[in-house]
Amino acid sequence: MISFETLYAAAPALTAHAPVLMVAGPLIAACVAALSPTARTSWMISVTGSMFAAWMALAITGEVARHGAVDYYIGGFAPPLGIAFYIDGLGAMMALLVSSAGVMASIYSGHSLAAEVRAEKHTHVQAAFLLCQAGLLGLVSTGDAFNAFVFLEVSSIGAYALVAIGEKRDRRALPAAFNYLIMGTIGATLYVIGIGFLYAATGTLNMADLSARLATLGDSSVVQAGFAFIVVGLGIKAAMFPLHGWLPGAYSFGPSLIVIFLAATATKTSIYLMARFIFDVFPDGAAFGRNFIAWVLAPLAATAAIVCSIQATFEREIRRILAFSSVAQVGLILLGLSLATILGASAGLFYLMAHALMKMTLFMAVGGLAISLPARRLDDFAGVARDAPWSATAFAAGALSLAGAPLTLGFLAKWRLLEAALNAGQIWIAATVAIASLLTLLYVGRMLEAIFFRSAPAGAPRAVEAPVGVLAPVLVLAGLNIWFGLDASLPEQLAGAGAKALLAGAP
Amino acid sequence: MTSGGDLLIFLALATPLFAAVAIYAVGRMPDVRETLTVIASIALSIVTISMFMRVGAGNPPVLTVARPLAGLEIAFRLEPLGALFAVMASALWGVNSLFSIGYMRGKREANQTRFYVCFAFAMFAVMGIAMAANLFTLFIFYEVLTFSTYPLVTHAGDAAARRAGRIYLATLVGASLVLFLPGIVGVHLAAGSTTFIPGGLLTGKVNVVTGNVLLLLLVFGAAKAALMPLHGWLPAAMVAPAPVSALLHAVAVVKAGAFVILKTSAYIFGSDLISALPAATWLLWVAAGTIVIASLVAMTKDELKLRLAWSTVGQLAYVTSAALLPAAAGLVAGGLHMLIHAFAKITLFMCAGAIYVATGASKVSEMRGLGRSMPIVFACFLAGALCVVGLPPFAGMWSKFLLITAAFGTQTWITAAAMIVSSLLGLLYLAPVAIRALLPPAGDGSSGGFIRPYGAPGPVVAALAITAAGCVALFLFADAVAAYLAPIARRVP
Repeated sequence: MISFETLYAAAPALTAHAPVLMVAGPLIAACVAALSPTARTSWMISVTGSMFAAWMALAITGEVARHGAVDYYIGGFAPPLGIAFYIDGLGAMMALLVSSAGVMASIYSGHSLAAEVRAEKHTHVQAAFLLCQAGLLGLVSTGDAFNAFVFLEVSSIGAYALVAIGEKRDRRALPAAFNYLIMGTIGATLYVIGIGFLYAATGTLNMADLSARLATLGDSSVVQAGFAFIVVGLGIKAAMFPLHGWLPGAYSFGPSLIVIFLAATATKTSIYLMARFIFDVFPDGAAFGRNFIAWVLAPLAATAAIVCSIQATFEREIRRILAFSSVAQVGLILLGLSLATILGASAGLFYLMAHALMKMTLFMAVGGLAISLPARRLDDFAGVARDAPWSATAFAAGALSLAGAPLTLGFLAKWRLLEAALNAGQIWIAATVAIASLLTLLYVGRMLEAIFFRSAPAGAPRAVEAPVGVLAPVLVLAGLNIWFGLDASLPEQLAGAGAKALLAGAP
Repeated sequence: MTSGGDLLIFLALATPLFAAVAIYAVGRMPDVRETLTVIASIALSIVTISMFMRVGAGNPPVLTVARPLAGLEIAFRLEPLGALFAVMASALWGVNSLFSIGYMRGKREANQTRFYVCFAFAMFAVMGIAMAANLFTLFIFYEVLTFSTYPLVTHAGDAAARRAGRIYLATLVGASLVLFLPGIVGVHLAAGSTTFIPGGLLTGKVNVVTGNVLLLLLVFGAAKAALMPLHGWLPAAMVAPAPVSALLHAVAVVKAGAFVILKTSAYIFGSDLISALPAATWLLWVAAGTIVIASLVAMTKDELKLRLAWSTVGQLAYVTSAALLPAAAGLVAGGLHMLIHAFAKITLFMCAGAIYVATGASKVSEMRGLGRSMPIVFACFLAGALCVVGLPPFAGMWSKFLLITAAFGTQTWITAAAMIVSSLLGLLYLAPVAIRALLPPAGDGSSGGFIRPYGAPGPVVAALAITAAGCVALFLFADAVAAYLAPIARRVP
């Protein structure tokens, strides 16, 4: 049984600078990767950098679990002058999630990139990937609102470039990346405008200070305007319905490396930041905050869960199905958070981790198949299970988890969400979760039927089993879907700690 | 204290699972494959019978497998109802395997390996359901059962089969996700656990409103019990090959639904709460309506398997009614009916399959006079039919008698009336099938010949003769079974 204790006991004693090293590691590795001579060395640097970040994340998680939230002042300068990192249970959970996704994606990229991207570009791809990773890790560990903007942009710039590089396989990657760039920039701009409003009202950018000062300001209209800009800006980044237009394109046409990483982390980190603002920075119990949650966030999240699941059932391309499914699942995560109870937030965060794991498994399995089968449409995957049984089995594990089949992590996540909704007396949220699960089953069923039960039309190109370097991480993740389905104490503890950090003092 | 008990539970789950894998592995060798199926079913029967004995001796096997989340356990614990269900399903799996071999070879069906693998998987799920110690565990296996039987329903692979498969999945999974799962989560929230406890987990823990909602969610959520209006999947599933209809849609799947309702009534709500909840009365009306309507619809069906399916819908509502009668009056009768109807209905379905494989006739109107050439099959059909109707010397008499007595005893007139009317209707729509077939054909006597040289294959006839004999044997042993089940209705102080 994996328990939290054994994990952080395995982590090294906290080096005093772990928070900054966790971000600086991949950042430095990005520079080295860009200068490295061959594709292979850049891959090795990428794996090393990601592993280093994960190691640091593990150390921080252990430290947070033992001694509570970590404050770190860069260069020793305390805020308001200096820049502070602040990592509590929630930040630690996100850092662990992002960095482990980074490790899996980088290992996986060794073989998958070769099929998808021209060899001479590999060094740049790895550099951009590391940049993206460093940005996201900074985002979840910073305690400074403006700093968060910087990290958000660092990660996004890496991601835009990486999506665009998918053009070798499909020219549609270029408009998709452009779309992503425009939407993402608008989102970031709105966010930074919102920060501007808050700065004007409070004179600080440090989140803890912001929180303290906002509590005394009440329902000032400047603060409300800031709130609106921030949630809409982050809503775009988090692909919150109906601001999700960029996501299906980006997830469909990017190379597998970035798609699996984005699917596991990109929207999740923006959800993190949004939750941080809604529950931590802005005063609890402020009327505008509560109204936003009750009348905007929850209804939109529920709409996403239903509408995008339906959309996913009508899509023809396998990656677009998964992409729309992601938007719908983001809705479910937000529904959990919108309950604003400890149980609800921990269910939402639990779902967030579960979804990261299953979507990563699915995109990885599809990416592995796509190495030999340059296909996009679901129909082209008919009967793939015969040619590539391992990839197909891994896909099935992820898909079943996504559908919430018993004995998978996804089932427990759905259970937690239902439980939290019923416990909060929000019957309609429970009903939405149940109906969304049903719709999920429809498109999951379509995918599994094509892969396992239909046979390939005669003369169609046949898939070949993915190479071991690709298969190994896929199978590990697929196994984790089942493992955590039998013993979810690790994600449960992470989510519980995250929820407590987010909602200190809530029921 | 329970030395060896956990091993039995492990074996009960591992045997069918191992069989599924082994059957898949030797799929290219039909003889080995089918021998394996039979051996597995015999082994499983031995295991379930041992468990049955242990429960009878007051030493029930217990096993906790995993604890995925705090407060949620995958755990098993036998009690009389579950032990009976496990024995029934595993023994009939054996008989049914015999039948399958004859039928599937006789029909030269495609994809036979998949067929046997899915069958073994379904038995794995049934064992999990029968042994589950709590609703959480039960739900897991309940879903496995749905998905493992889906390929069996769509076995033919044509458009009609796929359509039926969609209805099958949509109804069963839909109900379990939208009704059953929220109901279970509700129980968990109300009581802090989902464990089956004699006397009722929820006793004293819920108010009437919550109790009503939970009862409705759980009873309708167990859509495998085919309570109207969630019965449509069962007639639709009749596109499946006869062995599937026989074992799954007379024994394993539908009885899993009925079993869940019995178990929920006895161990989650408990007799006091059931007696106090208005929803139980509403559900008794729904069940009574289901009993009568299903019997009436059955009369209009010419397709034999469809007629049997509608009859099953009605008979399942008997068990549902039994579970919901006040003061636990019907629980033992319900458990008994679950067992006896299984024997009767599997006989009827196997007869339908035997007729179809031998002559190609699937409609009642095509069977006039066929009994002259297939006397054993039609005699067994008659036995099964009379058992379903509830006439001596067939076991059905006892369960019907106990059910109607319980309904009268609790002054649930509507249920009593529905049961009596439907028994009469049953006599009208089931018995004539056999009688007309056995009588000499009228007029020009166009009794269809065999499409196979020697009529129904030997294993097929042997299988249905065994279960028909079971219908008679249970007539003699019904009392012992009822005594075995008695603890489930015992009030816990």
